[in-house]
Amino acid sequence: MRLRPSDLVYEGAVWAVAGFAMLLLLAPTVVVLITSFTGGQTLKFPPPTWSVRWYVELAQSSELIGAGWTSLKLATFATLACGLLGTAAALGIARSRSTTARLLDSLFMSPMVLPAMAFGLALLMVFSVLSVRLSLWTLAIGHVVICTPFVIRMVSAAVQQLNPALADCSFSLGASRWYTLRRITLPLIGRGVFAGCFVAFLASFDHVPVSLFLSDARTEVLPIKLWQILEASLDVRVAAVSGVIVVVTLVGMLLAERLFGLAANVQESR
Amino acid sequence: MPLALFFLAWFVAPFLLLVIISLFDTAEFRALGLRQYGKFFTDGYSLGVLWDTLELGFLVTAVCLPLAYALGLVYVAGGPHRRTLILFLIMMPMLTSAVVRTFAWIVILGREGIVNNTMLALGLWGTPVRLLYTWGGLVLALAQIQLPLMALPVINSLLKLDRNIVDAAEALGASRLRRLCTVIVPLTLPGALAGALLVFAASTTAFITQTLVGGGRIVLMPLNIYQQAVGVQDWPFAAALSVVFTVSILVITYVLNAAAQRRMRGIDAA
Repeated sequence: MRLRPSDLVYEGAVWAVAGFAMLLLLAPTVVVLITSFTGGQTLKFPPPTWSVRWYVELAQSSELIGAGWTSLKLATFATLACGLLGTAAALGIARSRSTTARLLDSLFMSPMVLPAMAFGLALLMVFSVLSVRLSLWTLAIGHVVICTPFVIRMVSAAVQQLNPALADCSFSLGASRWYTLRRITLPLIGRGVFAGCFVAFLASFDHVPVSLFLSDARTEVLPIKLWQILEASLDVRVAAVSGVIVVVTLVGMLLAERLFGLAANVQESR
Repeated sequence: MPLALFFLAWFVAPFLLLVIISLFDTAEFRALGLRQYGKFFTDGYSLGVLWDTLELGFLVTAVCLPLAYALGLVYVAGGPHRRTLILFLIMMPMLTSAVVRTFAWIVILGREGIVNNTMLALGLWGTPVRLLYTWGGLVLALAQIQLPLMALPVINSLLKLDRNIVDAAEALGASRLRRLCTVIVPLTLPGALAGALLVFAASTTAFITQTLVGGGRIVLMPLNIYQQAVGVQDWPFAAALSVVFTVSILVITYVLNAAAQRRMRGIDAA
């Protein structure tokens, strides 16, 4: 292959931009981890001295730990509901070419594009008109809508790769629909279901706009608590919380990759 | 399908209620009318906020596009190890909480942050420059936070691209830049548009990043809705703002989608 000077410039430019993009992608994670071990009172970077004092403060901060538990409970409820409803729906619509199925697919995916702030306000109005008291359950309803698209995407991608002949074989050998679903279909799309649930869990744990309208003092969630702290003062405790979140997410990602090939599932679903 | 009923009750109905509430003339819900919309379209401030929000979405998308393509080109040119590494670099920030990533940008752009400290140490800047709470800082931070949403679809469509077409262009003497501009980009445009939609939608509604990196001086639609609904308690006007915001996003999404589909048909026909 003959390399022209212009090709060299081109290669250099592509690598420079890609290198910048990779640096951008990596930077926040590294910055958060380093900052969380600062010994100082401010978010000075690089930190003037090193210490674990902010992690000690975090361990003693009951409000932050309480908010963390609420978020974990909420994300668990939301993920279970999304996993069940989303998998059933994806099985129904992924293969179908009918107009109804296409419309339903667009409907289920639309929370990814429509402004979540508008949806949060709308849901608050519904509960207010129905005079339903806000609770962890009303919050979970909002989160299920927000997180369902992730499950639908990944399960649909898994269903589309499934060989339809397998289910037909099972039927022709006399297996019932339910038995085929349990013994043939679900084991084959299981990785997609787990990957979808994993991403849905993280999305719920992280979600703010809907919680902003639907959570009150009793159901304070972690991201909103962090937002309030950061709005009021640039408190270094947030760095410690962020450090914990980064490490847990990384470990979760590596486990998910080992257990059900997270990366392949995420990629195929796009 | 249970999910369809769930979405009908908790997603479609809330948006309908939102429209109904926006049609009340006063915050006391007495008379029906279009007063709230009249107020919006004759008020320079509200229109300006909407325009700024949409502009932010376009700018962030424009910054993400070249970054995503450079990443994608380096990805497809690499072997399995490089591919896994890049995929993990993309997924790591995508799965880490947005509040945490926003926090990282506060540290990076702050008065005593990395950028300021580096420039001061190199003697390029005499005094710290304000980067946080500026429009440029907000665009950069959001571009980093939303880049994964664009990078994944772009990589996927680059993977699906028929290498023979690129090779044919090479054999006919096209330089690398020419191959990129006249063959690779046009053929992968649907993937880029899919990513662009997600980035656009996500950055216009990113309440946390907008308020923390943009600060109180940059008011965008999500904060505007929040202030009207929770601060001023003017539900009809907050609902009208939400409806206008949602419809703007829907129209832009629809136009881009239609363009992508026309493009796809053009490629299929060719």
